Amino acid sequence: MSKESNIDIYRRRFLSGTATAAAGLAVAPGVLLTEVANARPADEAVSSDVRWGMLIDTNKCDNGCDDCVTACNEEHNLEGFGRPTTDAQWIRKVTLKDKQTGHVQTLPMLCQHCEHPPCVDVCPTGASFRRDDGIVLVDKHICIGCRYCMMACPYKARSFIHEKLHDQMPYSPRGKGTVESCTFCVHRVDVGMTPACVEACSAEDHNAMTFGDLNDPDSDISQQLKQHSSRQIRADLELNTGVRYRGL
Amino acid sequence: MKELVFKEIDGGKPFYMLLGFMGLFVLTALGAAWYMEHNGHWVTGMNNQIVWGTPHVFAVFLIVAASGALNVASISSVFQKTAYKPLARLSGLLAIALLVGGLAVLVLDLGRPDRLIVAMTYYNFKSIFAWNIMLYTGFMAVVGVYLWMMMERKMNQFTRVAGFSAFVWRLILTTGTGSIFGFLVARQAYDTAIMAPMFIIMSFSFGLAIFILVLMGIYKWSDRPLGDSILFRLKNLLGVFIAAVLYFVLAYHLTNLYITENHGVERFILMDGGVYTRLFWIVQIGLGSLLPLALLYHPSTGKSRGWIGIASLLVIIGGMAQIYVIIIGGQAYPMELFPGKEVVSSFADGVVGSYTPSLPEVVLGIGGVALALAATFVGVRVLRFLPDSLSDEAVDPHYAAK
Repeated sequence: MSKESNIDIYRRRFLSGTATAAAGLAVAPGVLLTEVANARPADEAVSSDVRWGMLIDTNKCDNGCDDCVTACNEEHNLEGFGRPTTDAQWIRKVTLKDKQTGHVQTLPMLCQHCEHPPCVDVCPTGASFRRDDGIVLVDKHICIGCRYCMMACPYKARSFIHEKLHDQMPYSPRGKGTVESCTFCVHRVDVGMTPACVEACSAEDHNAMTFGDLNDPDSDISQQLKQHSSRQIRADLELNTGVRYRGL
Repeated sequence: MKELVFKEIDGGKPFYMLLGFMGLFVLTALGAAWYMEHNGHWVTGMNNQIVWGTPHVFAVFLIVAASGALNVASISSVFQKTAYKPLARLSGLLAIALLVGGLAVLVLDLGRPDRLIVAMTYYNFKSIFAWNIMLYTGFMAVVGVYLWMMMERKMNQFTRVAGFSAFVWRLILTTGTGSIFGFLVARQAYDTAIMAPMFIIMSFSFGLAIFILVLMGIYKWSDRPLGDSILFRLKNLLGVFIAAVLYFVLAYHLTNLYITENHGVERFILMDGGVYTRLFWIVQIGLGSLLPLALLYHPSTGKSRGWIGIASLLVIIGGMAQIYVIIIGGQAYPMELFPGKEVVSSFADGVVGSYTPSLPEVVLGIGGVALALAATFVGVRVLRFLPDSLSDEAVDPHYAAK
């Protein structure tokens, strides 16, 4: 009897051991792949194991500060022509005042890098596209400048290039007659850095912007999102935005 | 009813002068397009808030009117109304010409018109724009075949099938044009299925108004008889279409007025939208709908050719205003990103978008109209599109009984 129960125990141990090993095998690649993807070599394709996202804490966003905007303009050389209605703005500071309570807050608005981006849906040529890692971009080579994406974007995140540009950054190609928007600083992200706006925000110790992998449960952004309530702008559209806001 | 004899119109000096006049407008439009492309769109009234301006108003109007211009042919071939048969060829020609005019404007207003070939070779099949590219080119082919069936005696037997195909195609095409706006979730004024049927009924009205004017113009100018019988049929039909457009406009606004989240945009268009409110009430509703309705059905003005012409012209002006209010008014109203909040930013969040049409935009748009008319004139000059007489005796099947 006791022999039999011992065998049972061994059997149970063996089975649970195999199950743990199997579970470990199933989980490990996910974890490992995420690690690999974070430091993706240049010749490796972008993978959907990563979903880049940004969390903006409006409580930490300083009313008078526009460091994120300045950093973006410098990074991508978004030179202004002194014409606010036609100059490109990839990120902008928005000030909100509650009509009922008078509460004032401020936050940066940028491309929300939706999982289901309306700009990508409507683009006739496929110039607007979403990378597997969630970054929404415009292929400037096949953009015909129809501006339908600008009609479709619920966040007013896109700018049309209304005039000839000079001194462009090699990593951030732009062109007259095409549409553009925040790239999440894809050229930096691909080499393991964070977007310029996030870096600028941290440099001033505001830390209102967190950038990271939404698919990695251990990433700082995922942890913060898990602990605190946050929201998407125009969540009613069910676009599953990559940019989330706290304190809004 | 006598047998119809279709004939080319006479050429000569007046014809070439008219063609030259239209050509002048087309050339000026090309110059305007070059000026806008060379400098970039900042020289236009358009900006990052109002991304589609006056060229789109002209282009959408012409494209909508193009499918409507085919109606006369459809009534003849699909619904077997013999009275419209003599007009069917012109109807097909005008449909193609208006579409070409509209597309030319649309393409020349692109940020990169030089990349037209890209639009033809790269397709995103989820995009209604991409569908429209196929619907527009297909429309020209289908109507082209339809015209061939009508004009080639040996092919006449297929006229009804071809006419039916063209009719179905044009309904799908205008559904596509309306859905460019209907499918936009972002903006308060759009995002509604009524856009598709409303654009179809708008096409009936605008297309017929243009058809009546072109018909009256060509027959007067080429000295061919045009009887009251055919003209009065057309003007009565135009009246019905104007009323139908009014009904759709009413249904659209009533629905929005019922839904609280749309009160803002309704207040903007109907009450305090400045130029858009004035265009809506004075031009679209007053001058473009109610006045022509009164003129067309009034016992005396309804029998006057001059007044029928004026009524048709008013429908066109009202239609332009309607499309202006839809396209530009719809963009001018700020997007609701933060309901319940007052919004301020450097990117015109929360404020009404500013837009004033610039001269090159208007010139480009008019060039599209001129191109459509020039193509029509050349068509009726070189091919047998028009009967040599549209007198009551020639076209009215019941004339003898009167």
